[in-house]
Amino acid sequence: MSTAKFSLIAVAIGALVMAFAHWFHVDYLFFASYTILQFIVLATAWNILGGYCGYVNFGSAAFFALGAYSSVALIKFDGEIDAWFPEGIANVLHHIFPLPIPVLIMFGAFVSGIVGFGMGYLTLRLRGSFFAIATLALAVVLQTLIVNWDFVGGSRGAYVIRPENLEFAGIEINYIEYLFALMLLLAVIALTTARVIERSQLGFGFATIRDDELAAEACGVPTLRLKLIATTLSGAFMGMAGAPFPYYIGYLQPASAFGLEYAVNSIAMPMIGGTTSWVGPLVGAILLGSAQQYATVTISSAVNLLIVGLMLVGFVIIAPNGLIGLVQERLRRRQP
Amino acid sequence: MTALLHVDNISKRFGGFVALDGITLEVQPGERLGLIGPNGSGKSTLVNCICGTLQNESGSVRFDGSTMDGLAAHERTHRGVARSFQLPRPFHSMTLADNLRIPLLYTVHARLGPLRSAGDLDMRCRDLLEMVGLAKKAKQMPRDLTQVEMRKLELARAMAAEPKLLIADESMAGLSHSEIEDILALLVQLSERGITIILIEHIMSAVMSFSQRLAVLVSGKKIADGKPEDVVRDPEVVRAYLGQ
Repeated sequence: MSTAKFSLIAVAIGALVMAFAHWFHVDYLFFASYTILQFIVLATAWNILGGYCGYVNFGSAAFFALGAYSSVALIKFDGEIDAWFPEGIANVLHHIFPLPIPVLIMFGAFVSGIVGFGMGYLTLRLRGSFFAIATLALAVVLQTLIVNWDFVGGSRGAYVIRPENLEFAGIEINYIEYLFALMLLLAVIALTTARVIERSQLGFGFATIRDDELAAEACGVPTLRLKLIATTLSGAFMGMAGAPFPYYIGYLQPASAFGLEYAVNSIAMPMIGGTTSWVGPLVGAILLGSAQQYATVTISSAVNLLIVGLMLVGFVIIAPNGLIGLVQERLRRRQP
Repeated sequence: MTALLHVDNISKRFGGFVALDGITLEVQPGERLGLIGPNGSGKSTLVNCICGTLQNESGSVRFDGSTMDGLAAHERTHRGVARSFQLPRPFHSMTLADNLRIPLLYTVHARLGPLRSAGDLDMRCRDLLEMVGLAKKAKQMPRDLTQVEMRKLELARAMAAEPKLLIADESMAGLSHSEIEDILALLVQLSERGITIILIEHIMSAVMSFSQRLAVLVSGKKIADGKPEDVVRDPEVVRAYLGQ
């Protein structure tokens, strides 16, 4: 299937999901599905580095939080324009600000992408668990920075008032539906990108890094450059997932944005789904995300991580290559 | 005739241990050079310095008329140096055909520009697998291969990069007599195509029958370099191998 065809189908499925949710018209459905979509983006982003290249990133939450906090910074900036700038410039800035969420998403992607690049550059010589530890350290450093940055709320956190509705071309759109639609679009973009990478020269290069870096270099693969591409892309997508988050949650604090939940889920979802294909993170995120949402409503939100832990242990034992790996293995055996 | 590879007085140390101590070596285009030496004499370190896996601390490596000092391993592969590894290092998650696709995509493409269509690529992979007699296993994974097939895959992958110089690092170690003959025949066939080959090997019968020239490394120094028959009679070489 060509990429154009794939993205058309993906968009069509997205539109169908959207129409279905709209028809139901239950705000909770949007809230819950938003979280799942957000995890699809996060898991896919993690998988670009962790699954394709084999570099395990424990700092996903940091990239996600960076995206969220770059939005907060821009929103706060909007409130300070009159105080900081002379009237002439302030008037011009008021025409630009407040920025629409798609711009915030691009900005979040940019910031997280740059930090991803920096992380890749600083950890070029680290492999395996050492790389994982370095990413964990990066998350701690970034969280400390944010906690101590008063402008974005510091440890107190920041309130972001979500408008009730969005006016677009004369039509009023429920804001949560708008956020949901944006995240749906992001998920489609992330999955399409992952699929394109998988089938391209870049994807083959990533796989050689995962298998054997020394042999890859000997075959002419510029491993360093490819690693940087992967860390940047992966970081950028995580930032994208985080950028609309302040509007979704309404009150953002470092402890929740840098939460263990994001780091663990972005690893667990691709692992459970399967890391070698774009389908894995999608399946994993839907499965695990829905289970968590269900548990949150029926049992308690504290059970979330317990579910992740149990499922991860289960899958490591039963299907080390994830659900996709399990299916592929079955198909392989069936062939003579 | 100017040398294809000119290793000029290179040294490499690991902490206090001197692995290479001022090695100078020239290889002419089309030549078949055998490189021998006891374990730990620095053969693999020399290969790593030529291929860019390690960077030599002093001296320089010139290849095909230009210096390669400071170049990363993949850049040297692009220039035309290919190697096989002592222990086969296939890409485990890929089929045999895809293993060969990597150098085609990343080296031959980079050198010639994107000339090849998908069909061309498939054909090249098949040709290479046929050359080493693995065409029937194109869709299999490396874990399904025997030791000798693994060595052949290793050589085929090195050849896929269309190198001017091939360095075969102990590609026969641990193989049976007939398997050694197999690999030797393959190397001779490559040499006849005009590829310069450096063969690193412990199996003397193979080295003697293959090499036109023989160089001997002992504790990081080159102690002999010349015609194979003369070198093996060299008293210093005999002493290094048999002791006094």
